[in-house]
Amino acid sequence: MTSLALTGIKKSYGAIDIIHGVDLAIEPGEFVVFVGPSGCGKSTLLRMIAGLEPITGGELRIAGARMNEVSAAERGIAMVFQSYALYPHMSVYKNMSFGLETARMPKAEIDLRVRKAAEILQITKLLDRKPKQLSGGQRQRVAIGRAIVRDPQVFLFDEPLSNLDAELRVQTRVEIAKLHADIGATMIYVTHDQVEAMTLADRIVVLNGGRIEQAGTPLEIYNTPANRFVAGFIGSPKMNFLNVSVDGRAGEAVTLDLAGTKLAVRGIDARPEGLCLGVRPEHLDVGSDRGTPLGAMIATHVEQLGGQTIVYGSLKDRQPIVATLNGQKSVRAGEELRLTADLAQCHVFDAGGRRVAVQSA
Amino acid sequence: MLVDDVPHRRVHRWTHLRQHLAGYGFLSPWLLGFFVLTLGPAASSLYLSLTDYGLMSAPRWVGADNYMQIATSDPRFRAAMNVTFTYVLLSVPLKLVFALAVAILLNRGLRGLNWFRAIFYLPSLIGGSVAIAVLWRQVFAGDGILNQVLMALFSYEGPSWIANPSTSIYTLIALAVWQFGSSMIIFLAGLRQIPQDMYEAASIDGAGRSRQFFKITLPLLTPVIFFNAVILTIDAFKAFTPAFVISDGTGGPIDSTLFYTLYLYQEAFTNFRFGYASALAWVLVAIIAAFTALSFLSAKYWVHYDD
Repeated sequence: MTSLALTGIKKSYGAIDIIHGVDLAIEPGEFVVFVGPSGCGKSTLLRMIAGLEPITGGELRIAGARMNEVSAAERGIAMVFQSYALYPHMSVYKNMSFGLETARMPKAEIDLRVRKAAEILQITKLLDRKPKQLSGGQRQRVAIGRAIVRDPQVFLFDEPLSNLDAELRVQTRVEIAKLHADIGATMIYVTHDQVEAMTLADRIVVLNGGRIEQAGTPLEIYNTPANRFVAGFIGSPKMNFLNVSVDGRAGEAVTLDLAGTKLAVRGIDARPEGLCLGVRPEHLDVGSDRGTPLGAMIATHVEQLGGQTIVYGSLKDRQPIVATLNGQKSVRAGEELRLTADLAQCHVFDAGGRRVAVQSA
Repeated sequence: MLVDDVPHRRVHRWTHLRQHLAGYGFLSPWLLGFFVLTLGPAASSLYLSLTDYGLMSAPRWVGADNYMQIATSDPRFRAAMNVTFTYVLLSVPLKLVFALAVAILLNRGLRGLNWFRAIFYLPSLIGGSVAIAVLWRQVFAGDGILNQVLMALFSYEGPSWIANPSTSIYTLIALAVWQFGSSMIIFLAGLRQIPQDMYEAASIDGAGRSRQFFKITLPLLTPVIFFNAVILTIDAFKAFTPAFVISDGTGGPIDSTLFYTLYLYQEAFTNFRFGYASALAWVLVAIIAAFTALSFLSAKYWVHYDD
């Protein structure tokens, strides 16, 4: 098990900066997920760790050794590509043994490693087939097998599940989690899928515009997002951001005005302009006696998912809002609903998008 | 009802024909060309190959005599085969290697790539022309540019490469290899089709440039190599203009540039043996067909198709 340390890592293409000085320490055996929207630099960061992209500035250390100038093959890493990148003219066995043959490993050792990895991934029967004779899921297993046989210090995954259908994605996700539990290697996984991030990661690193917005455990990210970007990115449907104004202040206690409804909170130390209240749809309730009343919502569209009912609508001041209600609720479009929320689970963001500490008064 | 059906069906057929008439109209230039300029001459040459026909008299049926003569008692046929096979077996691989090498260089993201591509393609556009063959004769003549360069650089007085029977064929092979442009363009397109992540996976696997080339590039390029090889082989068997111009139509010196098509041309238009020339043409068709069939049969052992 190996640690990684990224210190002030930068990437530029000419005058354009893509990664702006990333600092991150990854513990041995940790499963870290880089997540962020398209173009946030997560794949570039992974490729710099892999040695496929030169590092413009900063330092990368793997197991304590500086890696900036070390070739991809000598970094002790293995990578699983989004497209699988299997060699189409080679059998599954040859695909898995290619790296070992290149390293001039004895044939008996190669055979042992390939068969062991094939057994772990249950692809022993496929060893003689060509990639074109495999399904998407089987190809993905071969790609993972090719990584396993190298016995790397660090596994890198670049959106490995994005070419699979929904059912297979869930299945393979579970298998990757099991694989990590079994072999305990350090793994870095890039995805734009927040569910993959939440379910797989020991630690999630949320990236935006080539910067780390927040790094933390999945529940830290979910419960205490550092800013509005992180809050909006993690969670589905995404968090509601409702404009509020400060109605009054008495010591630490602050009264917020949300479309005419007064909310008493404390601990806000921000400038009163441009504040917004962040409430996750699943933290809203309708017609409940518990929680703090948030006023009325006019339903405009209802989605019945069986286990949940998602209600889309707006507040009195026409701010859009979404509520996810447990169970099957008979809500109709045009209906007026009385919203409540547990303010302890709500967040207030300042004009710059920074989360400011908040508690119900 | 049944009585009414007949005229109704006739009207329907007429409408149907009228609908298709426009289609046949548009097709007619090609159909005319195919029947009059391709299928007709091919069929008549097949018939003529079984006759003795000297243009001045009517064709006389001789059965397989022409083919028998070609197979058993025609030393110039053997000379032409010798020259043509030498030309095909040397020019095709050399051209493939040269085209691939330049394509790989150009694929490295050079600046001004489009200019280089155009410049390298230029010989293919003009290389088959009479003017270039004439130029080639000047380059390889006794007092040609090549010998002047050799004299200036190494003080070596070279022979007339074209007049020397042991070197003349190689000047024609050099001319063929120089026209590598179209194969290069196809190789370049093939190289662009190989996904970059394949090389990235290989570099993580520790493969250096040469191992990547032999284990990734070359195998993945085999469909393109196969296509180019088949097309170039067929073209090389049919090559005519360079030998005709450089040897003044003689195939000399001492039949050393007697391409098969040149021999065929001499038999038809110098000796006026159209029946025999037709038989030669069908033998060439058979040779090209056999070569192509062999190539396709061998393809399953060395050409890797992705799907």
